[in-house]
Amino acid sequence: MTIDLKTVKKISKLARISVDDEKAKKLESDLNSIFEFIEKLNRLDTSKSEPLTSVVDAKLQLRKDEIKSQNIRDQILKNSPDENKDFFVVPKVVE
Amino acid sequence: MSNIIDLTLVDLVEKIKKKVLSSKEITKAYIERADKSKKLNTYITEDFKNALKKADNFDNSPDFDKKLPGIPIAVKDLFCTKNLKTTAGSKILENFIPTYESTVTDNIWNEGGILLGKLNCDEFAMGSSNETSFFGNVQSPVGEKLVPGGSSGGSASALAAKLTPATIGTDTGGSIRQPASFTGIVGLKPTYGSCSRYGIVAFASSLDQAGPMTQDVKDCALLFSIISSYDNKDSTSIDYKREDYLKKLNKSIKGKKIGIPKEYRVDGMSKEIEDLWQKGINIAKEAGAEIVDVSLPNTNYALPTYYIVAPAEASSNLARYDGVKYGFRSKGKNLIDMYEKTRSEGFGNEVKRRIMIGTYVLSSGYYDAYYLKAQKVRRLIKNDFDDVYKKVDAILTPSTPSSAFKIGEKTNDPVSMYLNDIFTVPINLAGLPAISIPAGHDQKGYPLGLQIIGKAFDEQNILNIAYFLEEEINFKNKINDWWI
Repeated sequence: MTIDLKTVKKISKLARISVDDEKAKKLESDLNSIFEFIEKLNRLDTSKSEPLTSVVDAKLQLRKDEIKSQNIRDQILKNSPDENKDFFVVPKVVE
Repeated sequence: MSNIIDLTLVDLVEKIKKKVLSSKEITKAYIERADKSKKLNTYITEDFKNALKKADNFDNSPDFDKKLPGIPIAVKDLFCTKNLKTTAGSKILENFIPTYESTVTDNIWNEGGILLGKLNCDEFAMGSSNETSFFGNVQSPVGEKLVPGGSSGGSASALAAKLTPATIGTDTGGSIRQPASFTGIVGLKPTYGSCSRYGIVAFASSLDQAGPMTQDVKDCALLFSIISSYDNKDSTSIDYKREDYLKKLNKSIKGKKIGIPKEYRVDGMSKEIEDLWQKGINIAKEAGAEIVDVSLPNTNYALPTYYIVAPAEASSNLARYDGVKYGFRSKGKNLIDMYEKTRSEGFGNEVKRRIMIGTYVLSSGYYDAYYLKAQKVRRLIKNDFDDVYKKVDAILTPSTPSSAFKIGEKTNDPVSMYLNDIFTVPINLAGLPAISIPAGHDQKGYPLGLQIIGKAFDEQNILNIAYFLEEEINFKNKINDWWI
């Protein structure tokens, strides 16, 4: 199968990455060569194979849900790209 | 006495404990060397002033019971360091200052280690040549305009150039072992679940592992003993008894069964790599190991599987970089426009390419055909190893299909870049440990590595085999300080 320009635009929308036409063309050719390489998997019969989601055999351990770090509010807000001492600020979302 | 920077990690520890050297003297020696080595572009962030302060503090009230008493160490910039910028080689994190410390680096500081700074790497650890970093490519000390490998390229380069006595990297598909092989150093990718992933910028969570990169196998055993720990902050961390890998290190290979997988004899393999592999086989055989021909029939499918699984996980992991709470933000007309511009300008081309692949294989209508299919093949690949390990104790292969290449040589062809990891990727898919040790040079004088793959949690065994091979091979890195 081949990935066309329309599909590239659709994926970029889903991934929330804007691409201009020139970049989309380059991506189209890159993705096609990568998927041509990936398609090799179709030669393999996997009808009897269970999907492997984790190589870890162990049972997941539970721990208490406790607060370990305290008084880091200011430090965390300092990493915010739009400065405001009390909130994270984003462009207006409601009219 | 020989130069400080020529000493191994184990030697430095001993010299500090015997009070022959102070932490300050050692730290200063590495900083001076780094100041003369800017051309290599190994550091993203230097923390030299603090390092000297910490070294002073150590010397004023030393604790010689620690395993790394007052030893300065630089680490890959994928490990979050509290109050010190952590970028993952990306513009999108260029100003990110973590409020927490990764467990692996915490383990190092708890044993007396001192942070020198943060080392360059491929953006979000995606790359095999350290050319995708927002902070520029890293040069290899092996030769000018040569890549150090990737993604832990800054770590490999800094270590081989003697800017740090040891370092740590991360390995998702070969990112410790391939650069180790390219620069003539030792690199270990531990068993999945051995080292905590807490505080490591995530790339592909089911594959990522941190590991040591060192001058020799003894150093590797020491550093691995320190960074491997059970951690309840990582739900995939495994609670098992960890050894003192250095104390138990011995050159034992006699009677061991070592598997040679025929599928690793890939088409077009260079004679140099074949000869190197044969050299390793001969040494093991002469020392009384039993060489067993084995088959890992699905090896050929490992790379295509990896290029579905890793981008799929990356596309989810990297969804958090939206410009809202931290990192780079671009201005947009509205919220969606802001997200799209932020991610378009904040990520580099390789990262965007992989997010796109991942988004596509997880998207409605394609999930079964790609992602589910890849997970099924991943099972077959793991089964191959399980079968082989009924017959052998370890597997010996080359680390890479070639030696280091020139900067720019493979950047226009993603698939040819991906092929670099053909011998390392299957091990991540199966969650196994593997070590790369330097084993020879090609005609150009560039290093080549051999890889020893172990059973899950059998790091001691592969370290022991590596320790034996290392002595027999007696590799000497040919680094002439061309950049100074």
